[in-house]
Amino acid sequence: MKACGIVHKYGDNVDTDVIIPARYLNSSDPAELAGHCMEDIDTDFVKRVQKGDIMVANKNFGCGSSREHAPIAIKASGISCVIAETFARIFYRNAINIGLPIIECPEAAEAIEAGDTVEIDFDSGMIYDKTKGTEYKGQAFPPFMQKIIESEGLINYINENK
Amino acid sequence: MGMTMTQKILAAHAGLESVEAGQLIEANLDLVLANDITGPVAIHEVEKLNKKTVFDKDKVALVPDHFAPNKDIKSAEHCKCVREYAKEHGITNYFEVGQMGIEHALLPEKGLIVAGETCIGADSHTCTYGALGAFSTGVGSTDMGCGMITGQAWFKVPSAIKFILTGKPSKWVSGKDVILHIIGMIGVDGALYKSMEFTGDGVANLSMDDRFAISNMAIEAGAKNGIFPVDDKTIAYMEEHSKKKYTVYEADEDAIYDAEYTIDLSKLEPTVAFPHLPENTKTVSEAGEVKIDQVVIGSCTNGRIEDLRTAAEILKGRKVADGIRVIVIPATQAIYMQAIEEGLVQIFIHAGAIVSTPTCGPCLGGYMGILAAGERAVSTTNRNFVGRMGHVDSEVYLASPAVAAASAVTGKISQPSELGL
Repeated sequence: MKACGIVHKYGDNVDTDVIIPARYLNSSDPAELAGHCMEDIDTDFVKRVQKGDIMVANKNFGCGSSREHAPIAIKASGISCVIAETFARIFYRNAINIGLPIIECPEAAEAIEAGDTVEIDFDSGMIYDKTKGTEYKGQAFPPFMQKIIESEGLINYINENK
Repeated sequence: MGMTMTQKILAAHAGLESVEAGQLIEANLDLVLANDITGPVAIHEVEKLNKKTVFDKDKVALVPDHFAPNKDIKSAEHCKCVREYAKEHGITNYFEVGQMGIEHALLPEKGLIVAGETCIGADSHTCTYGALGAFSTGVGSTDMGCGMITGQAWFKVPSAIKFILTGKPSKWVSGKDVILHIIGMIGVDGALYKSMEFTGDGVANLSMDDRFAISNMAIEAGAKNGIFPVDDKTIAYMEEHSKKKYTVYEADEDAIYDAEYTIDLSKLEPTVAFPHLPENTKTVSEAGEVKIDQVVIGSCTNGRIEDLRTAAEILKGRKVADGIRVIVIPATQAIYMQAIEEGLVQIFIHAGAIVSTPTCGPCLGGYMGILAAGERAVSTTNRNFVGRMGHVDSEVYLASPAVAAASAVTGKISQPSELGL
């Protein structure tokens, strides 16, 4: 499986309150949530984002609230993968559980810039910055998590295994 | 190899003799929790599971508290979804408005979680119950939903950071100041993926309400959980509130920690976290002149009876500064009733504050105290992210109930000593 798209770049500690502000949590509809994704730190994101685009951020992405609405909003906005130096732990679990691909890679998170075209090969964990002509090796998932991802989320995994 | 307190609880719930950091396990759950925001997403997800019934109707707790009492039509639909699911599945621990409180104050008060148990909750502040010597951690809705049906969750066994607390905090220093100090020291990802284990002879000088506030904000340092050893105070609390059998786990002498910090509680001062991260801490003495518009005293961090007593001690016979809105939110009905019986509610209203029914409301910018552009609040809540309590150009300063109450009187960030207390 591969993803390829234009990069939207953010800094450290992007919290789930800015990914999807609580004032919109009276809805759980993915399309409605996507319409407000990132609006408190990047008002134009929703207008700019194209299907397949990639989000890149520095450390502790997705910190704060456990709201699964955050990865749901990102996925529904069209983002195909989030690359970060590190992810906050609840966001990490939530992304895997709902089938939003994420990769930890400090080097890629540092070097890749907004507007770059990036391709990710999920089988090998390789990240290619096509604009810069550079490549990075992302951290592979442990086999257990790989199985959840292959099942396209925790629900299917449990249906298949329990 | 020795195990931490957290590792011992996880090993016991995974049916293993021992576990080590990094190991992936499946653990049995003693309690699974969701609220009116995360519950509907979980309920929608579990409809896709082959198995439809909950694993144990006594071990699921559903608490509409975030946008309840219903703030608008959409929130009303969410609360209705949770209510109907609870009814359909015979969930014992569903708490309707009237019995409802802020979940992390309510569940320990109702005795639903005790030492040695494991709990997941679809709310990041589920880590609060570490104060009781339980393993509890926040998860998302899908994890919660699957836990509710299967009674199990997968975990990567965490490594740990040890915080050795010594000494006795001074009169106006509370658990909130301790945890803000720690987050200021290690940062908002300082304990990422790890346990925070609190120990040392200073623990005995912290009340249960102090400990709940400390464990509550472990997530603000990125931690998986924040756990206290079980002592006489913990046992007294559990015996007062619960009929459940508890199990005491202690970390091994040779348990391995990634880092150790020693904190002398007697040296700590009232502390405040400046916008827009809980790690941006300063002592109130260093804060300078920060004028405010609103004060919130409440939340799963600081809406307990001791918090209200402290605030009332400062507000008694004083008036809220002109133009400052002060919102006091007892975290549960029992706390609210106790505050009435002790005369605290009268003190708040005489001072010019309002007192609300239990709700998370303003903490997450839901309702009941939203900030306009340019406004500032001193709040006893747990997050001060951009836009957390309202407009993206508003500011939240996190502090203890003592600092919040003193600030309400002066109209700027202050500590009780500035009022001659």
